[in-house]
Amino acid sequence: MEPVVAAVAPYVDFGNTAWMLMCSALVLLMTAPGLGLFYGGLVKRRNILSILMQSMVTLALVSIIWVTVGYSLAFGPGHGALAGFIGGLDWAFLKNVGMEPSPYYISQATARIPHLVFMIFQCMFAVITPALIIGAFAERMKFSAFMLFTIAWSLLVYSPVAHMVWSANGWLFKMGALDFAGGTVVHITAGIASLVVAIMIGRRKYLKSTPPHNLVFTMMGAALLWFGWFGFNAGSGLAADGLAASAFVVTHIAASMAALAWGALDWLFHRKPTMLGIATGAVAGLVAITPAAGFVDITGALIIGALVSVFCYFFVMVVKNFFKYDDALDAFGVHGIGGIWGAIATGLFATPVIQSAYKGFFYGNPDQLRIQLIAVGVSIVYSLIVTIVIYKVIDLTVGMRVNEKDEAIGLDVSQHNERAYTLLE
Amino acid sequence: MKYIIAVIQPHRLEEVKQALYDADVFLMTVSEVLGHGRQMGTTEFYRGNKESGNLLRKIKLEIAVNDSFVEPTLKAIQSGAKTGEVGDGKIFVFDLEETIRIRTGETGSKAIG
Repeated sequence: MEPVVAAVAPYVDFGNTAWMLMCSALVLLMTAPGLGLFYGGLVKRRNILSILMQSMVTLALVSIIWVTVGYSLAFGPGHGALAGFIGGLDWAFLKNVGMEPSPYYISQATARIPHLVFMIFQCMFAVITPALIIGAFAERMKFSAFMLFTIAWSLLVYSPVAHMVWSANGWLFKMGALDFAGGTVVHITAGIASLVVAIMIGRRKYLKSTPPHNLVFTMMGAALLWFGWFGFNAGSGLAADGLAASAFVVTHIAASMAALAWGALDWLFHRKPTMLGIATGAVAGLVAITPAAGFVDITGALIIGALVSVFCYFFVMVVKNFFKYDDALDAFGVHGIGGIWGAIATGLFATPVIQSAYKGFFYGNPDQLRIQLIAVGVSIVYSLIVTIVIYKVIDLTVGMRVNEKDEAIGLDVSQHNERAYTLLE
Repeated sequence: MKYIIAVIQPHRLEEVKQALYDADVFLMTVSEVLGHGRQMGTTEFYRGNKESGNLLRKIKLEIAVNDSFVEPTLKAIQSGAKTGEVGDGKIFVFDLEETIRIRTGETGSKAIG
């Protein structure tokens, strides 16, 4: 039999479409309730609703921004000198975004998904990225300021960086920067913004006296994040194929390795392994494998997972306390540092066994490391500068921080007029 | 010996504790309670339904002290708890007949500290 070689025009594949719709829903689960519970368990009792509220509102708010202009700015065709930095408004209000095969694909050039599916999958990424920053300003930001910050940040930081790294005419994409599921676009941008906001908004009052109010929530949140992350990473190949399987496996292994590594560090330095340590380690591992998920094999996953806990542990336990910035729930320590390590590690461990076109430093292509470092540097500097400007503008107009009394009463009652727990029925 | 009960605003607990530590008072029992005075609680909204007259969260401190510590303790509680607004709370002082330390069987003033 002769092999059938035919140039098939791209078409909408049922299997890939079914898988990607499910992946989109899985990524939604990461923001609400995953991240909400993970963060919510760590705050004081009087602030848990504010965290859940911020997660839920980010979900709704950014989704609206995304279909109106966000998606077009991020993935739409660019124009003129700005083409490499930001998309135009060609796809605003989802004009020209329909049921036809998506222009974006990774491993399956012909068996594609509808453009609408790509758009909604990316919508969930746009949602979770600003939601990660909630961990930095937890327990002290005004709700109105939070909404303005989220809108501005999504449009001015997330969309441009997504365009630069992921869109067909982004300049970092063209340079060859590798970011499978969002190490630079999601975790570095959100992680750096977290550090900026944590420093600018200042420390919470009475830090020492408030242990996490419900670590059961935190564990459930971490487990839901882990579950949802399969959609995040294995879905980023945009097809239900071998690449998705590979991304799924390395995601799982890196998370497992990082969880164990964090537990071991706890045991070593604090005499007992902790639940919070295991949960934090798992999330750190998921963060670090994110940019590498479609490029590395099990060897890479094991090393990335083991080392991310070492780096993040150092920042959360030592650096944060040394510099005394109040990154309340370690959004920078875990997502910023984990994202930076993951993006660099992609340049080290990318192996041609997974995708033949991509090789890292240890597989004979040192130049990939240089490109990764540029992408990391650009994401850090861009997020840093723009977040400072956004923060300053909102702080000078509506004010970012609640007053001392509202902070003491708690954001649940002071910002939302309701409370999570009652003493008597 | 006196037995002091203070009902204060939850968000002043840290200040009150610090003021008590500064006055060398370290022994206390703290509980979370509900109550309201003349301000008649809060109004909350659940799905648009108004729920007024809700009891407010308060903190109850109970402290047993020897006579020489009564004044410093009362001053510390007041300095920590006062905001000047309605709802700052009250302090009640009782005579304390007896104190027994269960572990040693000591009684009276010796058993308090």
